[in-house]
Amino acid sequence: MTTRVGVVTFPGSLDDRDALRAVKLAGAEPVALWHADKDLHQVDAVILPGGFSYGDYLRCGAIARFSPVMETIIEQSRAGLPVLGICNGFQLLCESHLLPGALTRNDHLHFICRDQRLRVENAETAWTGDYAPGQEITIPLKNGEGGYVADERTLDELEAEGRVVFRYLDVNPNGSRRDIAGITNAAGNVVGLMPHPEHAVEALTGPTTDGLPFFTSVLKKLVSA
Amino acid sequence: MARVVVDVMLKPEILDPQGQAVQRALPRLGFDGVSDVRQGKRFELELAGPVDDAALDRVREMARTFLANTVIEDFRVRVEEEQ
Repeated sequence: MTTRVGVVTFPGSLDDRDALRAVKLAGAEPVALWHADKDLHQVDAVILPGGFSYGDYLRCGAIARFSPVMETIIEQSRAGLPVLGICNGFQLLCESHLLPGALTRNDHLHFICRDQRLRVENAETAWTGDYAPGQEITIPLKNGEGGYVADERTLDELEAEGRVVFRYLDVNPNGSRRDIAGITNAAGNVVGLMPHPEHAVEALTGPTTDGLPFFTSVLKKLVSA
Repeated sequence: MARVVVDVMLKPEILDPQGQAVQRALPRLGFDGVSDVRQGKRFELELAGPVDDAALDRVREMARTFLANTVIEDFRVRVEEEQ
């Protein structure tokens, strides 16, 4: 049986197609999901893609977080459904309280778009199993509100539990606390990150193919589960 | 019709780069003596019914769950007096 990975489209999503394509390249069956449809159509994992969803009028992800599909995703993720939130998807996961903390305006106020070096700090989540711990990767980053913040106690907890999944290398592009680029929940099935692995899956269009292991990791995890 | 105002501000410990940009611009425009600027959001809610305690509780609930992200923001609810 083919593994089905869903990608939710919200009004304003712009990286949903890239995410669907990345899923296909990894060997899974991509399934397009619509934000107003509560049904997950028997997918084995879900990706919340990047973009500028309509919730950005209030705060990034704040309105999208109340989309009907999110009700099901929040419930299912607590039962172990692998969920990956990229950029706006990461903001949504924080607004949904599936991940702690929040994303704020970049400290320099500029929208930034660059190929970003990262270090994989945790290779044991559902989405990072195909990386080696400590591996350094380069994938695109583009955001205006990508500064990760949380109170000191939460940051200490994330560090102590190994829940910082990625850290920025060379430059901190947005003022994120402790150079955090991505985090996971305690169970390791929900991962959020600001940079975009789905834009680094093919040599023709990406700076590297360093993003592909995200999508093969979840596939392997599901097949072995 | 009654108006309730919800003011949402970033918590003091959260960096406010927009406020800082405004503060840096002030002396350039000849406005001296401002040592800090914080920028927030103001929501004006027109309530259909009376502004009683139950209605204000509902607005606070609205602010807590939706209008503000209490991880990074504080909010204040107040009734706008009739002019």
